[in-house]
Amino acid sequence: MSELDILYQELILEHYKHPRNKEPISGTYITHENPSCGDSLKIKIDWDGSDRIKRVIFDGHGCAISMASASIMTELLSGRTHSEALEICNCALSYLRGDRKDCTDPVEVVDLGDLEALSGVRQFPLRVKCATLPWHGIEKELKGQRTVSSQ
Amino acid sequence: MYTLKTGSFPLLEANPNLIYLDNASTTQKPEPVLQAITQYYQTRNANVHRAVYRLAEASTHAYEGARDRIARFIGAASSKEIVFTRGTTEALNLIAHSLARTVLHPGDIIIVTQMDHHSNIVPFWLAAQELGLHLRFWPITPSGELDLEDLERIWSDRVRVVTLPHVSNVLGTVNPIPTIASFVHDRGALLVLDAAQSVGHGPFHVSELGCDMAAFSGHKMYGPMGIGILWARERILNSLVPYQGGGEMIASVSETYVTFNEPPYRFEAGTPNVEGAVGLAAAMDFLDTLDRERIWAEEQELARYGVEILSSVKDLTLYGKSSSRAALFTFNLKGIHSHDLAQFLDSRSIAVRSGHHCAQPLFQRLGVPSAVRASLGIYNRKEDLDRLADALEEARRYFHE
Ligand SMILES: Cc1ncc(COP(=O)(O)O)c(C=O)c1O
Repeated sequence: MSELDILYQELILEHYKHPRNKEPISGTYITHENPSCGDSLKIKIDWDGSDRIKRVIFDGHGCAISMASASIMTELLSGRTHSEALEICNCALSYLRGDRKDCTDPVEVVDLGDLEALSGVRQFPLRVKCATLPWHGIEKELKGQRTVSSQ
Repeated sequence: MYTLKTGSFPLLEANPNLIYLDNASTTQKPEPVLQAITQYYQTRNANVHRAVYRLAEASTHAYEGARDRIARFIGAASSKEIVFTRGTTEALNLIAHSLARTVLHPGDIIIVTQMDHHSNIVPFWLAAQELGLHLRFWPITPSGELDLEDLERIWSDRVRVVTLPHVSNVLGTVNPIPTIASFVHDRGALLVLDAAQSVGHGPFHVSELGCDMAAFSGHKMYGPMGIGILWARERILNSLVPYQGGGEMIASVSETYVTFNEPPYRFEAGTPNVEGAVGLAAAMDFLDTLDRERIWAEEQELARYGVEILSSVKDLTLYGKSSSRAALFTFNLKGIHSHDLAQFLDSRSIAVRSGHHCAQPLFQRLGVPSAVRASLGIYNRKEDLDRLADALEEARRYFHE
């Protein structure tokens, strides 16, 4: 595989072309921006009434990497409890930055599945930010440091 | 058809496959510029203006000689009109800061354009915030040009300054500066020119352009980074307060008062970038040897060819439709984000920039978050545009099939 194909693996392009849980968002949502490229992402967490995430949805425009990462994130976080979700976030962020080699969490609650396909960004330091963009957005929300907007 | 002999660019020679199309960000440096810098340090290095020994005199001579060279290059009335800065950005900050503190009053209006770079918007925005001035945006037309009728419409007698780019770093539009200058002067305002994208591309004479102040960067015209120029009419420089304080910019200092040196020294606090000044002067010699009229003529040819060939690429949107344009093309391919496209082009050894190009108000006007920009320099050829067009077709297949 060429370096380019490692970055844009089939699975990434597939998520990009057919993003999961991407739909127009209204009400209250999180926005997160990458000031260097002007890309902006809206994320909304649907809680099940208690501690569990029913569904995460996102909207916005961005590059294939940030959009695929957001799509994968919504799949990985839907159905998780607050603390599981935070754990996955930490795990994903350190995995994407290359601080962590494997993407299965030792606790085993956590399987980072499709995220592995994004590991190609490590060879493109400038693109790591694209992959971490959605994760930073939702991490802030989970930690209660909201950058909330509403329409 | 290409005849321009550009001489040697060591970086390009070391990377024969590289197609460097990010010249609006910075250009590569020719051998004579690199030599001038090395030679300065090897033979004349000492601090300037400060000592009586012969080496210091030689260094001062090199620095002031560069100032004279630059004055001649842009047709300034005298080298007293040439202020060395770090670049366009610092020159524009100096202009905004010093104008705001001398000739402007609360309630006055500054006009910037929708096609301005952040470095022309933000300094004036900061000055406006601090001193109660107002910023007004001169909108662009659908073809990406500035229309005097729009300026007329947003004009008021409180307008004191109009500031705009000579060449847009996104649309490639070459603005009709002499016409705009007479409009602005007839109404008693000053015209500031951001010449970052024009000085290295062809003839540039401040007296013919008719602006009152201009700013540009050495590194975008084959010179070194960290050096730039503020040019202003002597009368204007004389009326301005300093921008920074320090050594060299004062006439005298006591415990109770400070008096300032004359321009241009009033605006050059501290030890200057002498190597940068010398390198910039060498870049100007280099451009003049190539003949600036010809450089511009050949760029015009590339501009025409670029529009033609990019327009033939399927699903490509080119921003900026002015017929008066530089060889600088900003575009998107349908359904492909600019970062992905730039990444793909890099894999084909084509270096382009992607993003909002420090012109967010313009991108808001264009209604897209980002785009890819290919900007040409004197070493680029039609074949580079052919390879770009081929790679774009390839990218479309890569991301869409
Ligand atoms: C039109 C324009 N103005 C100003 C600048 C800023 O130049 P510098 O970063 O050299 O200060 C640029 C460079 O990107 C530009 O294209």
